[in-house]
Amino acid sequence: MKNIVIIDYNLGNIKSIVNAFQNFKIELTISDKKEEILNADALILPGVGSFSQGMKNLKEKDLIETIQEYSKTGKPLLGICLGMQLLFSKSFEFGESDGLDIIKGSVEKLDVPKNTKLPHISWNEIYQNNKWEDTIFNGLDEYSNVYFVHSYACNPINKDLVLSYTNYFGVEFCSSVNKGQIYGCQFHPEKSSKVGLLIIENFIKLAGLNNE
Amino acid sequence: MLKKRILARIDVKNEFVVKGIQFDGLRKLGDPNEKAYSYYNQEIDEIIFMDAVAAYYDRNSLTDIIEKACENIFVPITVGGGIRTIENIHELLRVGADKVAINTQAIKDPDFLREASLTFGSQCIVSSIVAKQIDNNKWEVYIDNGREPTGIDVLQWAKKVQELGAGEILLSAVDKDGLKKGFDIKLNKAVNEVVTIPVISASGAGKKEHILELFKEAHTDAVALGSILHYNLENIEIIKEYCNNNEVLVR
Repeated sequence: MKNIVIIDYNLGNIKSIVNAFQNFKIELTISDKKEEILNADALILPGVGSFSQGMKNLKEKDLIETIQEYSKTGKPLLGICLGMQLLFSKSFEFGESDGLDIIKGSVEKLDVPKNTKLPHISWNEIYQNNKWEDTIFNGLDEYSNVYFVHSYACNPINKDLVLSYTNYFGVEFCSSVNKGQIYGCQFHPEKSSKVGLLIIENFIKLAGLNNE
Repeated sequence: MLKKRILARIDVKNEFVVKGIQFDGLRKLGDPNEKAYSYYNQEIDEIIFMDAVAAYYDRNSLTDIIEKACENIFVPITVGGGIRTIENIHELLRVGADKVAINTQAIKDPDFLREASLTFGSQCIVSSIVAKQIDNNKWEVYIDNGREPTGIDVLQWAKKVQELGAGEILLSAVDKDGLKKGFDIKLNKAVNEVVTIPVISASGAGKKEHILELFKEAHTDAVALGSILHYNLENIEIIKEYCNNNEVLVR
């Protein structure tokens, strides 16, 4: 029996993600246990809140090395919002903090013009940097609208890993990243209506769960 | 490009959708979950559920409705009314809400807003401000669902809630609410000029032209619609098409 695990590290609302998978008759395993995480067929790292708090909670649960180890197995991993940011090497939110360093790069505040509203809370468009076929964006229209809530964005050193960009008041930022079977979405697929559900369905297929 | 947001606001009393005029004379208008799901299918951008009588009972009674809504609605859901403690917020997020809207308790104890935004992140905390005009270009904050004046100036308070860590403001206008005769443009413009967090404007939409006017004149970020949707005066698709055709981009 294939198993998708969502990591529970006491940060934010995971109920919505669980519900979005239930929409496809998939029950996520909510877990903070090393064994379960390492044995997962696919893994989700959720999270909203501050970067340093996120790393602190992962550290308290002693999960940092577990997630790093999982990321080397080649199995699917999806980081959502803060969960995407945590995959990176470091963040500059409230000083500098180290991340999981699964993807090389940093997390920086959106460098928007003065008087631009922050956080960026809105539906906004994603557009292609890399081809979306064979990724979790398979079947999505270019410039699909998805829901964002964030003030910081990821900046991978290797720009080839950028799956999509989004433009916020002239600032182009990396709105999703893809390295092998590892994905990160700055936006919330579980809150992005039908477009978001398609992304989740694609992730389920990636995990090999669609045939059961 | 960034999109302006079109939200549905569903006020609930005893498990029914209700809507009054100027926060008074509530009429029953159907089942909250049915309305919400129907708006979701019409591509609403977000949904706000407000407990319309929570202030009397000092608690939010929408847990069951929120839990059910989150099972099949995949856009952000905000819940407000009667939120008094950090534990209340925990409970509402646990059942699936993404954000909470806080008014009365923030006025009584501004530190509560700070504590809530530190605990859950600013993105989770919406400051609900209910304004009543008292003079030219001057508005007073009301609490307890539009019943109690506070003596606090709306523009001062809007700046204050941003400082305290609120991630958004939901701005209602007692004088315009439920009348379907258009928004208080001056109020919405004034608030948008003093804060840098997004503002969701409520109170007054009766036709699509009101919504376009609001976005164009008040530079607001989002609109919360009640009567216009509940009474089926316009449908969401037509509102969105109208905005998109008139240089206000929406999803």
